[in-house]
Amino acid sequence: MDNVTELVSGRGDWLKSVNSEGGIVISSRIRLARNLGGFHFLSKCSQQDRDEIQALIVGAINSSALGGHFFYVHLDNMGPLERQLLVERHLISRQHAEAEGPRGVALVGDETVALMVNEEDHLRMQVLYGGLQLDKAWQRINQLDDQLEERLEFAFHEQFGYLTACPTNIGTGIRVSVMMHLPALKITGEIERVFRAAKDMHLAVRGLYGEGTEATGDFYQISNQSTLGKTEEEIVEEFRDLVVPRITEYEVQARELLTKQKSTMIEDKVWRAIGMLKYARTISTEETLLLLSHLRMGLNMGMLNDVDLDTINELFLNTQQAHLQIITGQRLDGEQRSKLRADYIRRRLSNHQNN
Amino acid sequence: MSMLCQKCKKHAATVHLTEILNSEKREKHLCEQCAAQEGLTDKAQQPINQLVAKFVLAQTEAKELSQITCPDCGMSFLQFRNGGLLGCPNDYEVFKQTLVGLLEKAHEGRTQHVGKIPGGRENKHKRQHELMKLRRDLQEAVNLEDYERAAALRDKVKGLEENG
Repeated sequence: MDNVTELVSGRGDWLKSVNSEGGIVISSRIRLARNLGGFHFLSKCSQQDRDEIQALIVGAINSSALGGHFFYVHLDNMGPLERQLLVERHLISRQHAEAEGPRGVALVGDETVALMVNEEDHLRMQVLYGGLQLDKAWQRINQLDDQLEERLEFAFHEQFGYLTACPTNIGTGIRVSVMMHLPALKITGEIERVFRAAKDMHLAVRGLYGEGTEATGDFYQISNQSTLGKTEEEIVEEFRDLVVPRITEYEVQARELLTKQKSTMIEDKVWRAIGMLKYARTISTEETLLLLSHLRMGLNMGMLNDVDLDTINELFLNTQQAHLQIITGQRLDGEQRSKLRADYIRRRLSNHQNN
Repeated sequence: MSMLCQKCKKHAATVHLTEILNSEKREKHLCEQCAAQEGLTDKAQQPINQLVAKFVLAQTEAKELSQITCPDCGMSFLQFRNGGLLGCPNDYEVFKQTLVGLLEKAHEGRTQHVGKIPGGRENKHKRQHELMKLRRDLQEAVNLEDYERAAALRDKVKGLEENG
């Protein structure tokens, strides 16, 4: 792949309909933070150090068994729209998109793996799968780490484990994140239960795009905060056996309650969402997210059958601002984008009906 | 009869908070909605630099601490406190005493790694440290346009890298 804009013709594997836990768990992501021993961390690196770190890591990827599967994207000579595209696809962090200097990301075509180079740490590996697939994600990333470790020397400390620029990531350097769709908890006003449970279990709750983002469209990213003093397997198990089942159960209860006691209200929300999406002439990203969230909830609660999950997933992805502009080949201001977004959604939803 | 929320005075207060600000104790009793509006219910998610700043302030020897500087990367504790990021692996040794307290707070009281260990660790640690110092000296030599010294240092770095 020569150009990241080609990504828009497809969809990351994680967004292909894995309908797990009643659609409540959207994706499973595991990230490992690593730094090369013998270099400063990035805040104290010269330009030359950064170039060298990047060359060492890219060299290690290319010469390993992984080589043929990856393509490396230099972010420092890429336009802001293309960088934003990668953020919208969850392949790089917002911080990585907005930073400066030599940095990049190694990607595989199905978008299940992204290796960020020179982000907050020298190397941040990510594996992303649809639904609840944490064991598979851990196996894959552990293997990747082993393969790179044969060629790179990671900073490691007998007591503190893998060393990272921020002390909150040391030890395992692992961040397990599960993206969950919790519209019923939001509607019943019980989302606070999730925050409380998260606090009890030392977890962080974030918005759709990670650190510093708000929860829009009822999507919440739940991730571990402590990384030291537990094994990677223990952290993964805790998510698989404790965290995800507990929060899923809250959402299931809220949906049952709504179905039993507020069925008209909830149906009205879903059908209004369809009405707006099908007929609106201008629509913002936030409103789109919220309405698609209600549509997704309606589908998962068995209220509708004239829209499928694939179409909803595609709309989530393609109505984001960088996607919209790259797909239509137009650079637009906010107002124009809102019109174009409404047109795009209308077309996709009416196409679908005619099929 | 339960206490009413101080803010809306409508719902029962379920979030109770004691804040100590400038040695003045203040109590807050809020209902869930008002607490959420004030962002009080997810205190656990403070950004690291706030955690660090708070923690350091609580230390009596904070002043002395801010004088410590890493000889490898030049990071001072004050700088770390403000930015939240360390400058090099050696900082974990230089600031170890204070960091251990911070790590306990951030990692549920644990300070010993028990997870994955990279293979073939022997002597790598020393070598990593050596390499880092050489690269720093090399950068200085380049900055000073001392190319003879830079070339010698570059050879040393290469040599150490290849013997890994």
